Amino acid sequence: MQLSRRRVTSIASYTILTLMMIFALGPILILLMNSVKSTAEIGRNPIGFPEEVILQNYADAWEQGDYALTIRNSIILTGGTIVVTLSLAGLAGYALARLDLKGAGIITFYFLVGTSVPAQLFMIPLFFMWRGLGLVNTHIGLIIIYCGIFSPFATYLIRSYMVALPEEFIDAAKIDGANNFDVFWHIIRPLSWPGFLTAGLVVGLGVWNEFLFAVTFLSGPEFKPIATSLFAFQARFGRDWGLTSAGSVIMMLPVIVLFLLLQRRFIEGLTQGGLKA
Amino acid sequence: MTQAMPRKNSEPRKNQFAVTLGRWAFVIPVLTINMIVVIIPSVIGLGIAFTDWTGYNVPNFIGLDNFQRLFQDEIFFKALRNNLIWTLIFLTAPIAVGLLGAYILSTIKRGQMIFRVSYFIPYVIASVVNVQLWRQLLHPRVGIGAWLAERGINFLDFPVFGTRESALYGVAFVDAWHFWGFLVVIYLAAMSAVDKELYEVARLDGATPLQQFRHVTLPSIRPTLVFTILMIIIWSSTTFDYVYMLTSGGPANASELMSTYLYDNAFSRFDAGYAATIGIMMSLWVGLAVAGFVYLRRRGWEI
Repeated sequence: MQLSRRRVTSIASYTILTLMMIFALGPILILLMNSVKSTAEIGRNPIGFPEEVILQNYADAWEQGDYALTIRNSIILTGGTIVVTLSLAGLAGYALARLDLKGAGIITFYFLVGTSVPAQLFMIPLFFMWRGLGLVNTHIGLIIIYCGIFSPFATYLIRSYMVALPEEFIDAAKIDGANNFDVFWHIIRPLSWPGFLTAGLVVGLGVWNEFLFAVTFLSGPEFKPIATSLFAFQARFGRDWGLTSAGSVIMMLPVIVLFLLLQRRFIEGLTQGGLKA
Repeated sequence: MTQAMPRKNSEPRKNQFAVTLGRWAFVIPVLTINMIVVIIPSVIGLGIAFTDWTGYNVPNFIGLDNFQRLFQDEIFFKALRNNLIWTLIFLTAPIAVGLLGAYILSTIKRGQMIFRVSYFIPYVIASVVNVQLWRQLLHPRVGIGAWLAERGINFLDFPVFGTRESALYGVAFVDAWHFWGFLVVIYLAAMSAVDKELYEVARLDGATPLQQFRHVTLPSIRPTLVFTILMIIIWSSTTFDYVYMLTSGGPANASELMSTYLYDNAFSRFDAGYAATIGIMMSLWVGLAVAGFVYLRRRGWEI
């Protein structure tokens, strides 16, 4: 009796969990299948397996959506933001974790306020400031913005790794006469690489997927990253579902692959602190 | 978010100022860039709400005119109401599904990771991709609705995003679909930290799984639960992407949110001063939630 009841509970549990899995992944699977169907077939067979696999959708989407250019733009924005943000956040995280910083509480408060201000409040003045400085429609302009937005979070993430490092390494270096920066560069930085990797993944994902600032600050088609150009592409080929599905898969695929490879770090980074990608 | 640990070093006292400055040099770059991108424009944003700035003219001070206009603006109240509905939706459905998923996951022995990872995947996919996906799935002619209609079930074969009554809920559904897995993972982490002996004791007392959830799990993960509630309240006031892309606030402002109305005013109607006024309203909402957060932390909650 006891055993069979446990068995029933177990079957019920796995059924519910599997249904939830279908709910999460089913739509993505449909997107993948539709990306290799003709638009006519999607009309007949919107959510089933493809009768015929048409890879031409990908070639067409790549061409029509100018993916060579938009992926390049996205890589510049993502890579640039990661490099700048991690450099600044690494230094700050080190000071917060390892140096007896007078007024560290102020920084925490400052970041708390700074990260909870709605983007829409500062975006309007920022846009006109950036226009005055000639930074609208430049990649560097948007990289600076992303860095300003993501660096507090990255700082705290990296700091939490640095706090956990054993004391002995630093003491040994201090005796050797190393200054704070030497300690950071030669000891702390190499040891806290998991923190940098996690922060880099979160920041990179945030930039790759980011829409609001990209659509506002980059209007020229030659500067557009993959997110906003895909949005324009969807509007242009609205009813061409096969084509726009293929275009969406091109944007999604690198993220999914990287996520599956490094899911522990992604999840760890994304669930720490209040950052909504 | 964790507090900085004060640590005591025994450094020579001779040049305390230079030492302090040398340490602050590490944080100044981050503070500067955050200052330029976030703080200064926010302060300017507060200021231009009291002007007639279009974004292109020389702003004139007009006192509280923008606020007066705001309080008579039906569209703004419609947007505010929609933000409240949005908040209620997100405080119920995704949290319920998140708790259910996490609780069941915490009881199983095999396959926990594969479920956890699958639920999380929609969360890492870009809004623009999710939008494309659901625009097709909820399209009356080529989506689930059409598929069901062919089999005689006519309830989704209408334009979900193009109908006044359903637009807001349709968009909220898409956003929630991409979000609930995030909650599962957060709640699961909290539940894994619950002392197993508490469950053992409850079981010996004859508690059913539901009673165990109610009397052991929920109280134990309360800080995490409150944290996610506050986060949802904050995010619900600023949410933008899904509405902007799926309906742009339409049809006839039926799915308008404060963020889309602000965006429209700032960048389509050249009414930057008025847009900033809406921005202040959003900030007030966020400010209240942050104050709640700080208050609970002061009272010793580990959130």
